[in-house]
Amino acid sequence: MKRWLPFPLLSAVLAAGWLALVGEASIAHLLLGGLLALAIPLVAAPFLDHLQHVVAPGAAVRLLFLLIRDIVLANIAVARLVLGPEARLRPAFVSVPLALSHPQSIALLASIITMTPGTVSADLAPDRRTLLVHALDCADPARLVADIKRRYEQPLLEIFGC
Amino acid sequence: MIIEIAVSALLMVGSFFMLVGAIGLARLPDFFMRLHAPTKATTLGVGSMLLASMLYSLQDGPSLHELLIVLFLFLTAPVSAHLLAQAALKLKLRSRAPMPGDFPRLPD
Repeated sequence: MKRWLPFPLLSAVLAAGWLALVGEASIAHLLLGGLLALAIPLVAAPFLDHLQHVVAPGAAVRLLFLLIRDIVLANIAVARLVLGPEARLRPAFVSVPLALSHPQSIALLASIITMTPGTVSADLAPDRRTLLVHALDCADPARLVADIKRRYEQPLLEIFGC
Repeated sequence: MIIEIAVSALLMVGSFFMLVGAIGLARLPDFFMRLHAPTKATTLGVGSMLLASMLYSLQDGPSLHELLIVLFLFLTAPVSAHLLAQAALKLKLRSRAPMPGDFPRLPD
């Protein structure tokens, strides 16, 4: 069991994802989905062995809603910036010192920064302690860093219990 | 009727944000600033359009395709944006934002 199905939850999500993708639950697709659900975790096992586990699901749900809200609000702000006078933009590179240490949470934080409008994560220092972020319009880098740490990094620390 | 109005409104909102993304891509002055357009305005743009599609197809039973599209988009967009930014940093592309002096750079 452990050998052929090392990640039961992932397998279940993969099978369900496949059925949702094809949109029909015929025998053929159940078999194909089952095969994918068995094969993909086995192939990806060396990578998956080092995953962090969610210890605070409530915090994860709260972060999700915060993200949806931020994406909607910040999109409107960025739309205004893009359509406004271009000379008024103050782009900046900002270094964000990381409290997160696990590659998985750093990847999540970097993705969140990129998906929230106005900031793109551009580079990670070789020692994984600093993330370089490009902001489209940033008047106060210290405040941007504090916002990122408080809004996104703190919940991630809580979610993965590190 | 109400669904049709909601679908149209969502499509309009979606198109607006897509248009903003395209305008940003065309008129922002340097590569790093342009990088914001496709990852940004499109998240809400695509989101609204997929929501419209879900509402529209609700009559023929619920559809999960749109949720999967959102999932794949949110998984792939940050990765490609990050790689583009890294390539641009490596090539030392012209940037209006000065590089921070305290960031440890990879030796090239």
